[in-house]
Amino acid sequence: MKFRANLYIGGACFATAVIVGVLAPLIATHDPVFDANLMNAEIPPGWEYPFGTDAQGRDIYSRVVHGARISLTVGLVAQCINSIIGVSLGLTAGYWGGWWDDLVSGLTNLMLAIPSLIFALAIMAILGPGLVSLLIALGLTSWSYSCRLARAQVLSLKSQGYIQAAKILGYSDLRIMFTQLLPNILGPLIVIATLGAGGSILAEAALSFLGLGIRPPYPSWGSMLSDAREQITTAPWLSIFPGLAIFITVLGLNLLGDGLRDILDPQSRERTS
Amino acid sequence: MSTPLLEVENLSIALSQGGKSYKAVEDVSFAIAPGETLGLVGESGCGKSITALAVMGLLRHPLGLGGGRITLDGSDIHNLPPAKLRQLRGKRIAMIFQEPMTALNPLSTVGRQIAEMFVLHAGANWSEATDRAVDALRQVHVPSPERRVKDFPHQLSGGMRQRVMIAIALACSPDLLIADEPTTALDVTVQAEIVDLMQELCAAKGTAILMISHDLGLVANMCRRVAVMYAGRIVEQQAAAEIFERPQHPYTRGLIASLPRLGARVVHGRQRLQEISGVVPAITAFPAGCRFRPRCQRATDICQSNDPSPTPLPENGLVRCHHHG
Amino acid sequence: MLAVLLRRLLNVIPTVGAVILLIFVLFSVIPGSFTSTGAEDGRMLDPQVMERMRKEMGLDDPILERFGRYVGHTLVGDLGKSFRTREPVTKLIADRLWPSFKLAMAAMGFAVLIGVPLGFIAALRPGGVVDSVSMIVAVSGLSLAQFWLGLMMMYLFGLLLGWLPSFGYGDGGPRYLILPGLALGVGPMALLARTTRAAVLDVLNADFVRTARSKGMAEARVVTWHVMRNALVLVITTIGLQFGSLMGTAVVVEKLFSWPGLGSLLVDSVFQRDIPAVQGCILVIVLFFLAINTLVDLAYAAIDPRIRYA
Repeated sequence: MKFRANLYIGGACFATAVIVGVLAPLIATHDPVFDANLMNAEIPPGWEYPFGTDAQGRDIYSRVVHGARISLTVGLVAQCINSIIGVSLGLTAGYWGGWWDDLVSGLTNLMLAIPSLIFALAIMAILGPGLVSLLIALGLTSWSYSCRLARAQVLSLKSQGYIQAAKILGYSDLRIMFTQLLPNILGPLIVIATLGAGGSILAEAALSFLGLGIRPPYPSWGSMLSDAREQITTAPWLSIFPGLAIFITVLGLNLLGDGLRDILDPQSRERTS
Repeated sequence: MSTPLLEVENLSIALSQGGKSYKAVEDVSFAIAPGETLGLVGESGCGKSITALAVMGLLRHPLGLGGGRITLDGSDIHNLPPAKLRQLRGKRIAMIFQEPMTALNPLSTVGRQIAEMFVLHAGANWSEATDRAVDALRQVHVPSPERRVKDFPHQLSGGMRQRVMIAIALACSPDLLIADEPTTALDVTVQAEIVDLMQELCAAKGTAILMISHDLGLVANMCRRVAVMYAGRIVEQQAAAEIFERPQHPYTRGLIASLPRLGARVVHGRQRLQEISGVVPAITAFPAGCRFRPRCQRATDICQSNDPSPTPLPENGLVRCHHHG
Repeated sequence: MLAVLLRRLLNVIPTVGAVILLIFVLFSVIPGSFTSTGAEDGRMLDPQVMERMRKEMGLDDPILERFGRYVGHTLVGDLGKSFRTREPVTKLIADRLWPSFKLAMAAMGFAVLIGVPLGFIAALRPGGVVDSVSMIVAVSGLSLAQFWLGLMMMYLFGLLLGWLPSFGYGDGGPRYLILPGLALGVGPMALLARTTRAAVLDVLNADFVRTARSKGMAEARVVTWHVMRNALVLVITTIGLQFGSLMGTAVVVEKLFSWPGLGSLLVDSVFQRDIPAVQGCILVIVLFFLAINTLVDLAYAAIDPRIRYA
């Protein structure tokens, strides 16, 4: 069979990010938050500090490594929330139809009318910075894609023989939805969730960069970039590494999503946006 | 038989897949005289449509010409430079496709899509061409053609769209019309109208027809000669009357037996329609020996070991079977 | 055409209503939001000032009354007064509209001018060099944080090479527009390249393209006349949708480049707890997005008769 380059490269990038995140306490050489030492401030990358140090003398390498935990947690958990909301709404709306479908479709259209990052920003403004707020803000604002996809897929499957058969056999609606419909539409949903997780990581970075997400001193890649911006003239390496970490992780997820699409959802080459 | 208009000799079509090359069509030969109608019959997937595309010079990757010659009026089509080949297409050989729903550009008016033919091949400017498009629509019996030229494909019914396709194909009075399952996607009541229309117009313009269909009944009614294709090969070729009376190949027999006959029940009592068991093998997995063997009731050892070569029949006919007759 | 516009407007009106309701609920009903005192960052407002403000804003009135007043004012274009500058929010926003619009258009212009041709060329020779390179560029463009790219370009072209101003609006001239425009445009550019490629590949396999070839049409003409217009339908839809994520990212990019646009105003207002300004910014951004998508629908109808006559 064809060599699936994007699947392997993407899987490798993403696996690296996950392993780094899981093993962070073991592979970090310094404490990411409390190891400040102004004597070591703004040392360029070298043997002692592979990625250099920041204005407070903290090791950038260790901060990037620990940052993987926050970025991945936010990205994956937020996407899980999105998927659960989107799939439950889409599945039930497509299956039951009627006023519920109208309501869900109206809600989806409303969500699509508000740029999701703006919406997340508004929620962060109300809830205040922090990890939990981020999960809520990002988890509630981009479920419309999975919802639309699930609904469309259910609508096309609903009239098929085996669903009708299950109905005649007297299966309950919930049982039909979760044991008959869901497994058959899972492929495209996994693809869109993989791509969405990358989007959530980028959104977290953006909000933290603005100072509305993870607040300093805790190392999220976005908040590190926020600090780094002030020192771009004197210490450009502060900006390079967190950005590269974001790039590799999200690239991994995007390539993985593309690769999975070829396998799980062969009909649609591109179901973009 | 007079000098043939189109002659296909030992045509083979290669399918490249996963670095390997397969012969999707092999050793296909047939000829069509000017004004003659040849039927090409077989189940879907047996290579009829790609044979037609090869004649049009429209094979695209992963399909390609694997060997053989296609000559129109004695000159080899595939040796022509692309620009010359393009001038043949539409002007001398035209084609009608199976799906009238998707074969027309949804964003252009039907008038423009017909007029394109006159611009491309008759050197007309757009306003002349549009006038001629109205005439072309009138010829295919579309009511109020002056209004219809401004319609978009989605505003027409399937039958109407197929009429538009015929108008496009016959716009430049080609020598040969290739009709690839032109009625399959249509309602039964419309099918007969479309076939009659094609026959009437082609007879008037002296256009030969290569009629591709899975419907042996339709082909037998329309065509003088019939070629039956199976798994990339022509397995039997005879005059239409002959093939119905004395089918030689077991596959042809199977096709005829599977046709419902009107009134048969009155004569023979209630009979079950016969099907041919099994399916057409995939191009990548043609069986060794005779390709019909796995589905054939007459198969013996020789069918497994030896590939049958064509046996000539009277009047340029042929059959490819160890146990024909 | 008029029918399409009317139909679209009928869809937009309830959406706008729902957005107004949502904005009101988010910022006025949910407890613990802005005007309740204090925040984690320790910025406390003087309780007396708070009290006076609450009175002045009518924040202690019953909720329905406040909502009615909010809707009434919004409908006549009164977005309230900024808590901070005491100026009308409409004026604050009006000052920022032009820079934001300019930046968004520059970014989208760049995205369309590079992304669409790239995807087109890639699709004409799938698997070729242009295809491989442009799809690698596209997936990379979708994977990077655009503000990080902006930061890197700021450092490289602004500080290291000194070719372009590294931040600010300056005289608003094109030199100041290039870096933020590129940073903001790279995401939509990448997505457009991919969508265009997919759309063109799809159309190239369509039956009517085979029909066009069977007519004896030259391949170049098949592509320019039959393929391009059909692929355009999907491309235009993508452009419209991409404005949504573009306006989200614009907030970050504007902040990064200290660009005096709506996004900067929104972020600053959030930090200053200036609710009327926040509400106003979000409403204007949503209205702009809806307007763009209405235009997209009209363009769509102009190209596709199936929509026009539906």
